[in-house]
Amino acid sequence: MRAYTWAYLIFLYAPIVLLPLFAFNDSTTIAFPLQGFTTKWFVQLPTIPALTSSVWTSVKIASITAVLSTILGVCAARAAVRYRFIGKRPIMGLIMLPLVLPEIIVAVSLLVVFLQLGLSIGSWSVIAGHTLICMPFAISILNSSFQNIDPALEEASLDLGETRVSTFYRVTLPLIWPGLIASLLISFTISLDEFIIAFFLSSTEPTLPVYLWSQLRFPTKLPVVMALGTLLVCLSILLLALAETLRRRGLRKAGQSTEGGFL
Amino acid sequence: MADDVSHNSRRGLLLVSPPFLTTLVLLAGPLGAIILFSFWTQDYLTLNTDFTIKNYVEAAQDPIYGLLLGRSLLVAGAVTLLTVITAFPVAYFISFHVKPSRKSLWLFLITIPFWTSYLIRVFLWKVVLGFNGVINSGLIEVGIIDAPITFILYNLNAVIITLAHAFAPFAILPIFVALEKIDRALLEASRDLGETRVATFFRVTLPLAMPGLVAATLIVFIPVIGDYITPRLVGGPGGLMIANMIQTQFLKLNNAPMGAALAVISMVAVTVIATLFVWLNRRFLKVRS
Repeated sequence: MRAYTWAYLIFLYAPIVLLPLFAFNDSTTIAFPLQGFTTKWFVQLPTIPALTSSVWTSVKIASITAVLSTILGVCAARAAVRYRFIGKRPIMGLIMLPLVLPEIIVAVSLLVVFLQLGLSIGSWSVIAGHTLICMPFAISILNSSFQNIDPALEEASLDLGETRVSTFYRVTLPLIWPGLIASLLISFTISLDEFIIAFFLSSTEPTLPVYLWSQLRFPTKLPVVMALGTLLVCLSILLLALAETLRRRGLRKAGQSTEGGFL
Repeated sequence: MADDVSHNSRRGLLLVSPPFLTTLVLLAGPLGAIILFSFWTQDYLTLNTDFTIKNYVEAAQDPIYGLLLGRSLLVAGAVTLLTVITAFPVAYFISFHVKPSRKSLWLFLITIPFWTSYLIRVFLWKVVLGFNGVINSGLIEVGIIDAPITFILYNLNAVIITLAHAFAPFAILPIFVALEKIDRALLEASRDLGETRVATFFRVTLPLAMPGLVAATLIVFIPVIGDYITPRLVGGPGGLMIANMIQTQFLKLNNAPMGAALAVISMVAVTVIATLFVWLNRRFLKVRS
């Protein structure tokens, strides 16, 4: 069974391993045998204006999405963990729904509404869509952060004369910050890589995945796409490793075991 | 005391209202709008808001829509079956045979590919499976085949392989969680009472893992129906699915109401199948998920 699991891991990683292989390959065709080492595809990257502008669009959208979905996630996770209120199950169910809803449904329904309201779509509408789909991920990360806080700590702070606001800043926030950072990083990564919603809602300001999509049609552009993909995958893995480390540190701080993953 | 409860309830509602309102505006409202839209018609750019079921009639009569929906359901079913069956041993191995301190590392390793750009992963499968792709050029180089094999790209096989790869972590994680919850003492008890390893697996482990299997099935099946990139990139003409048609109606044919009707039909089909599946499980396997 160990062998099977390793084989499965190889299957999972096989396509991703090919990415750097062809990104450094000195040939315009993506095929074996490899033709020798080159970094020219990477050197070309910053010289393409459409690419660099799409990178900035993506970074802008991902940053705002990360902040918005984390703030909304804090509200929802806090309410779900600490309070009992009317309609809690249906309300939380609706908020978590985008997790299982096909993205194309989210994309077309937002498109219809925005166009009908006469709003011109652009980066803001991509942010709206991305915030919606990132929120459930933020909530599931922050849920465990809030669950690990001993309510007695906050009560003690209130009893000792702190206000609710200062208790939040001085007691709650320091305890949840690893989860907070993890949520920001995960939301940023999801938004950065998301294609379908961005494709429907981005209009004249393409995000990086939308730009990539437009380049896939041109065989001569493929090595550059491979180089770009390599950088994107490296960035995603880096952000994730950081998020995972923080998440575990947070759990250890709260004296919990560090088993289990993000989801 | 009652006052305290209602105070607590108000505070909770107040706190949950920003995310709740966001979801109402960005999800519930638009979903309602899609349903409303599907009963309208559009002629190029003019929208006719008279209530009509014309789109649904057209969807039922034109065989292309039924074909695409049927194919989507078939692909989603095949991908789900393949993913869940291949994922189970992996989840089992991590839960039962990996040291507790190493479990989160394994889970992290499995989830990493999922977090990298979906678009790039799908495109890489095209590179792997293509006519001049990695498999073909590799096999020719080694001398196993003379001419490129073509049954692996631009058809449903390619779509199924690629989707099974993309949704693997979705299947592994819920199964893993269910397996982790199983009290190991139950397995020992079964062995002590004389059951073999195999019988213990089928009579104790598997039934207790069913909630995870049900969750895995749903969490793979539902999004696969809406997938649009994979059929487009590796499916070829015979591999397109209902989501591609929805996209075409919206962005190419300027027929948003027809696209909306198709989106509603897919959502209803998915909901019916998912509900039926959960009901069958409860009915015959006594699973509560």
